[in-house]
Amino acid sequence: MTDHIALPLSILIPLIIGLFVHMFGDRPNQRDAVSLIGGIVTFIMVGWLLPEVMAGARPSASLFEMLPNVSLAFRVEPLGLMFALIASGLWVLTTLYAIGYMRANGETDQTRFYLFFAIAISSAIGIAFSANLLTLFIFYEALTLSTYPLVAHKGTDEARKGARTYLVILLGTSICFLLPAIIWTYGATGTLDFEPGGIVRGHLPPAFAPLLLALFAFGIGKAALMPFHRWLPAAMVAPTPVSALLHAVAVVKAGVFTMLKVGVYIFGTDYLAETGASVWLVWLAGFTILAASIIAMTKDDLKARLAYSTVSQLSYVTLGMALAVQSGVMGGAMQIAMHALGKITLFMCAGGIYVATHKTKVSELDGLGRRMPFTFAAFAIGALSIIGIPPTGGAWSKFYLMLATLDAHQQVLLIVLMASSLLNVIYLLSIPARAFFLPEAGTALRGFGTLKEAPLLCVLPPCLTAIGTIVLFFHADRIYWLIALIPTAGGHF
Amino acid sequence: MIAGATAGFIAKHLPVLVVLVPLMAAPACLITGNRHATWAIATLASWTSFALTVALFIRVAGQGPLSYSLGGWAAPFGIEYRADALNAFILPLIAGIASFALPYARGSIGRDVEPRQQNLFYSALLLCLAGLLGVTITGDVFNIFVFLEISSLASYVLVAAGGGRDRRAFKAAFDYLIMGTIGASFFVIGIGFLYMATGTLNIADLAHRLATAPADRTVRMAYGFILVGIGLKLAMMPLHQWLPNAYSYAPPAVTAFLAATATKVSLYVLIRFLYTVFGLDDPFEAQTLKLLVMPLGIIGIFAASTVAIFQNDIRRMFAWSSIAQAGYMLTGIALMTPQGLAASLVNIVNHGLTKGALFMAVGMLTLATGTSRLSDLRGIGRTMPWTMAAILAGGLGLIGVPLTAGFISKWALVSAALDAGQWWLAGAVLLSSLLALGYVWRIVETACFGKADETRVIEPVPLAMVIPAWGLLAVSLYAGVQPALIMEGANAAARSLLPHLTGVGG
Repeated sequence: MTDHIALPLSILIPLIIGLFVHMFGDRPNQRDAVSLIGGIVTFIMVGWLLPEVMAGARPSASLFEMLPNVSLAFRVEPLGLMFALIASGLWVLTTLYAIGYMRANGETDQTRFYLFFAIAISSAIGIAFSANLLTLFIFYEALTLSTYPLVAHKGTDEARKGARTYLVILLGTSICFLLPAIIWTYGATGTLDFEPGGIVRGHLPPAFAPLLLALFAFGIGKAALMPFHRWLPAAMVAPTPVSALLHAVAVVKAGVFTMLKVGVYIFGTDYLAETGASVWLVWLAGFTILAASIIAMTKDDLKARLAYSTVSQLSYVTLGMALAVQSGVMGGAMQIAMHALGKITLFMCAGGIYVATHKTKVSELDGLGRRMPFTFAAFAIGALSIIGIPPTGGAWSKFYLMLATLDAHQQVLLIVLMASSLLNVIYLLSIPARAFFLPEAGTALRGFGTLKEAPLLCVLPPCLTAIGTIVLFFHADRIYWLIALIPTAGGHF
Repeated sequence: MIAGATAGFIAKHLPVLVVLVPLMAAPACLITGNRHATWAIATLASWTSFALTVALFIRVAGQGPLSYSLGGWAAPFGIEYRADALNAFILPLIAGIASFALPYARGSIGRDVEPRQQNLFYSALLLCLAGLLGVTITGDVFNIFVFLEISSLASYVLVAAGGGRDRRAFKAAFDYLIMGTIGASFFVIGIGFLYMATGTLNIADLAHRLATAPADRTVRMAYGFILVGIGLKLAMMPLHQWLPNAYSYAPPAVTAFLAATATKVSLYVLIRFLYTVFGLDDPFEAQTLKLLVMPLGIIGIFAASTVAIFQNDIRRMFAWSSIAQAGYMLTGIALMTPQGLAASLVNIVNHGLTKGALFMAVGMLTLATGTSRLSDLRGIGRTMPWTMAAILAGGLGLIGVPLTAGFISKWALVSAALDAGQWWLAGAVLLSSLLALGYVWRIVETACFGKADETRVIEPVPLAMVIPAWGLLAVSLYAGVQPALIMEGANAAARSLLPHLTGVGG
């Protein structure tokens, strides 16, 4: 069945935790403690797999055959392990944060919240470790369905409307595009396994490759490629911990992770490069990067601005895949890690601001930096990482992606990336700048006023992730050696 | 010695025993009178006939088609019962659903039928079961008509049994009676034409004679009459008008049973006539499928699903969804490929299991709350989370979310459409899933996020309903996780009907 116990456990433990959360529903302290411990144990389980994978092993598990030649099966490979590490690691911090946030806001139905949060994490890890497209699709849909109650959490008309948009776009794209893409792949190749170098070569006429890629690219709605990006801002009605972990890390990264998986293990970068099947996707991703950044500039609502920034940043990963060179895949994979850490920082800060001041608009934040210095300092560092300025981890992913545009002889995209970074500077850095340097509304106060930070549990996690982005700048080699094991074209660049 | 003789007897008469057990148990129920005893007889009969159908399936899978001459009169002059890969595949579904519906009826029927009349109810249910099994196993077209009438007459009674609680059931049953009789008349006229053209009623003989003789106008008339007659019975758009009311007002156990079996058996009859009797060699027959049945199927999918979205009554919503699902099965049949046919067969079984479980769960909800109106069920998910979970699981099956039986059906149909080069059909099938998402999610939103009515009284749901409902749901989920058995059965059936075509994919 399995050759490493940590593999099934890392998917099962969150589910078991969900069960305990449900059981302890009327005892909030035990319930939250269980969530936290569960997060830590899951992270340890995933971490346990790391040395093995680095040593070249590929732990796998197979449950049963569903279709001829396609089983419900798992296989740990470097890219998936990296994604699982990020999702489970940040789950721990988000749980800490959620305990502070949910209690400070007096949210109702917290048990349901933690229950579906745990199921969502299990689904994300299932996606990360899937050995074939069908398994991935199962967990992909499970992730959509399990996050729906989280988005609709408040139960207001607005929340239900947002959640409806979320569900219809994500389920709709996956059923209308991703499912036929999978069926087509199965019909053409007779397999759905993720194989190094891809499986479609020799089975799919190159003329059809762009069409199949389009079904995949639009079908993976979680990657928020325009024009199927509307769900992401709509999901911002969710409580901030959900936005932080799911809509900056687990859900959206599951999308771009799937995109990379399809590019590397279904098509193969060689095949994409030879057939030019992904050239159109390069341009669409470039367009999404710029267009989403421009929309973000117009948003005054802090979470909406961050959401559009996420739409833009996700397309960096899609771009990395579509460039079909090794540096692109490296940059895309690194972007998954670096953006996760940066964006979760920003969202947790946004939630902290809401808890402390109940402000949600960028224009209302003037001068708040002097009352909430830790929060806004963390925000500034996170923003630097998103933009890609040293000494933050984001610099490395941007570096590799820019290199990839040159490797693929797409100089125009280099300009797109640089322009996007400039836009990022304007719409992200302006937020801490206003908070620190403008006077607070109604006062002429310049110095530091009385501190008015959010509760400790809402401040500590973003500070830790902000420090994390800096640590990753100096220790990017750890990620590098892991993702260098991803089998792509060439082998060097 | 005696055991051996009994086993030998059963083995020898297996095809007829499948029908005979419920057929004989029905008058036994009538005579017995006591409602507990009749329930026990009925349940035992349904379980026995389920065991017999399974034995028959295994035997046919192992040894090939099985022919049985009723009363020893040889075909084509006597009536032949013939079990082949196709009907041996459908039979366990019918008897299996009955095996779940009867225990379920014990918990729920007290609401609709007075205790002293319950033996009549069980007799009618058994007659309906015997009729449906008979339609499926017989190898004689007139015998199909006879059994179809037995099952239909019984089902009019069963629908009317809901009148104890809601008098609209009488009107629904009457509408159903009129429409069903028109359908049966068309069907029997079609059979008359066939007899005129060929002089035989035996299916194998008919197939042989029709294949050798050129199709004339009489045969084409027969084809048209039978298509319309059966189309009415299986609720093919636009012949579906009887269905929503019948399903909405019948007792819950009856709705669950009929939704999962009656229309499915009609689909079987359609497949049998199209592929075995007529053979579709005549361009007129093939073109009718392509230009009439296929478009009607697709219109049915979209129109009925759209209507379902706007229903306020949950039972009526799922009734419309059944009409839409019949559309999926018709499109698969109309593809005229082994893959398409196999997809329809997979869908018949998977949807039967899913819809049966779904109507059972909805029945629990209406029994506990006394209403099936969505607007009266706001926030019910908080008070009845498990029942809502069952409805959601069934609803996800209708959408076709992976790990449900509905996903397998959708996968099979889309693969078949792609194999046949019908890209637009694959697209339409997938797009229509969004409509299913629409109506299922209306329930989820209202039930889980609506504001609960504090004064609502929730009556306890008897365990006799809970266990069959969850049992059937578990079977349907198992069919979604382990589809191999059903897919292989469907493939074998499709291969046996279209032997000249090969290459059946997953």
